[in-house]
Amino acid sequence: MFTLRDKYAIAGIGETAYTKNSGTTVLNLAVEACQKAADDAGVPVEEIDGIVSYNFGDSVPAIGVATALGIPNAGYAVDFAGGGNAANLITLTAAAAIEAGLAKSVLCFRAMNGRSGFRLGGGREFQARGITQYTAPFGWITYPQAMAMWCRRHMIEYGTTAEQLGSVAVTFRENASLNERAMQRERITMDDYMASRFIVEPFRMLDICLESDGACAVLVTKAEHARDLKHKPVYIMGGAYGGGPNQGEDLFDAIRWPDHSQNYAAYIADDLWRSAGVGPSDVDVAEIYDCFTYSVIMQLEGFGFCKPGEGGPFVASGAIKRDGSLPLNTHGGLLSEAYIHGLNHVLEAVRQLRGDAGPRQIADAEIALTTAGAMTCGSAMVLRA
Amino acid sequence: MNDFSKPVPVADSDSAPFWEGCRAHRLMIQRCGSCKTPRFPPMRTCPKCHSTETEWFKASGRGTVYSWIVVQHPVPREVYGQDVPYVVALIDLEEGVRMVSNVIGLDPHAIIGNMPVEVTFEEGQGGVVLPKFKPREA
Ligand SMILES: [Zn+2]
Repeated sequence: MFTLRDKYAIAGIGETAYTKNSGTTVLNLAVEACQKAADDAGVPVEEIDGIVSYNFGDSVPAIGVATALGIPNAGYAVDFAGGGNAANLITLTAAAAIEAGLAKSVLCFRAMNGRSGFRLGGGREFQARGITQYTAPFGWITYPQAMAMWCRRHMIEYGTTAEQLGSVAVTFRENASLNERAMQRERITMDDYMASRFIVEPFRMLDICLESDGACAVLVTKAEHARDLKHKPVYIMGGAYGGGPNQGEDLFDAIRWPDHSQNYAAYIADDLWRSAGVGPSDVDVAEIYDCFTYSVIMQLEGFGFCKPGEGGPFVASGAIKRDGSLPLNTHGGLLSEAYIHGLNHVLEAVRQLRGDAGPRQIADAEIALTTAGAMTCGSAMVLRA
Repeated sequence: MNDFSKPVPVADSDSAPFWEGCRAHRLMIQRCGSCKTPRFPPMRTCPKCHSTETEWFKASGRGTVYSWIVVQHPVPREVYGQDVPYVVALIDLEEGVRMVSNVIGLDPHAIIGNMPVEVTFEEGQGGVVLPKFKPREA
């Protein structure tokens, strides 16, 4: 269990514009976001000695970014192999690295030309080796296809409906309409959702997140250091990473996963809340990993905001709207703001807790949850003002 | 679904008996030689008892549909454009393992959860034979 409650903080955040075609390299995007995060904190780059990221073979190594930024000695420069599952993991390990004396200030970034460059799910290898020999030859290749399989199982077990999925898409787009950085700001109705074409049943186009070029970064320091910096620190209360046994041989593989109606969240929730010392009812605002509408439902159940099977009615009840009991994805999420693999959720949570979210601000937001991951493996953090 | 340009499974030291079985129209599943727990996909070490003794047996081919999707948008289009809509399913074999396959021989929208299915083999180019599933009487 993460045992560093309130000892570490996010002291700075930075990001690039989110676009369909950045017109520049992933390295440049990473450097821009990292520089902005350092500037936001008021920490000279020369004082930063750690840098960590995650990628799918679609980004640049942490040492490359350290070099381009002019970090004199990056003693903790680490790249995790991972997707959305790792967005909170990198921040938690940054705190752990500082605690262990490996670094003092750590930049955590995710950078990608996810639309103009390497498109996830654009097809896998022609020769299906390893775990893909059991999946790709049957035409099971893309992430929407993978997640749709999970969603169908939830429908079989609990009667989850298209309208319930649609309420997630409609709500997040409404939030994005208040966010000048969001790639999709035009509001949609339930009719628009139902009319959007099927990509892979049960998923329509509007169930599936955006593809984006862009980068996000946060700077993690000791809390006492953060208190001397430019902004009010956002404290890391708790966090957890994992997903129990049988996570599979890669992020796509879930053949041995016992119950596709629940994902990693059900396995890490206890650790998460115990580490933070609070529970679901204490959360003022949550940024939930929404690579697909359905992944939100599974995580709400897993993290204990509602019981298994009740996620569909919960999201359709209006509880997840800005004025509901649990405002979700106030920036529009991966579905409507941008797909920076979940690190943009952390930035939004920091803004909400600083009171800097402008027209999107949730009044008196003091505790935020950020989650990352949709299938067998993921990470989550509880942050506080 | 037999176009040569589709992903071709490449057998390895663990999976060779599975793909050889498919070529002979036999659905071969691995089990632990010690605790006898069946496992799929095959691998050398039993996650349950850590034995490296392995055996293969011919599965009944009977199972049920654990979950399924209907692919409408082909990715990549050049490869799957002619196949959509097609069904990919997680099949629970009665021996207690789950595998990925296609359900064929019915309207995709006639599929229901936990529907009984049985294996059938589809030959492709390049000597590849894939185990697929079709509806059966319960
Ligand atoms: Zn065994």
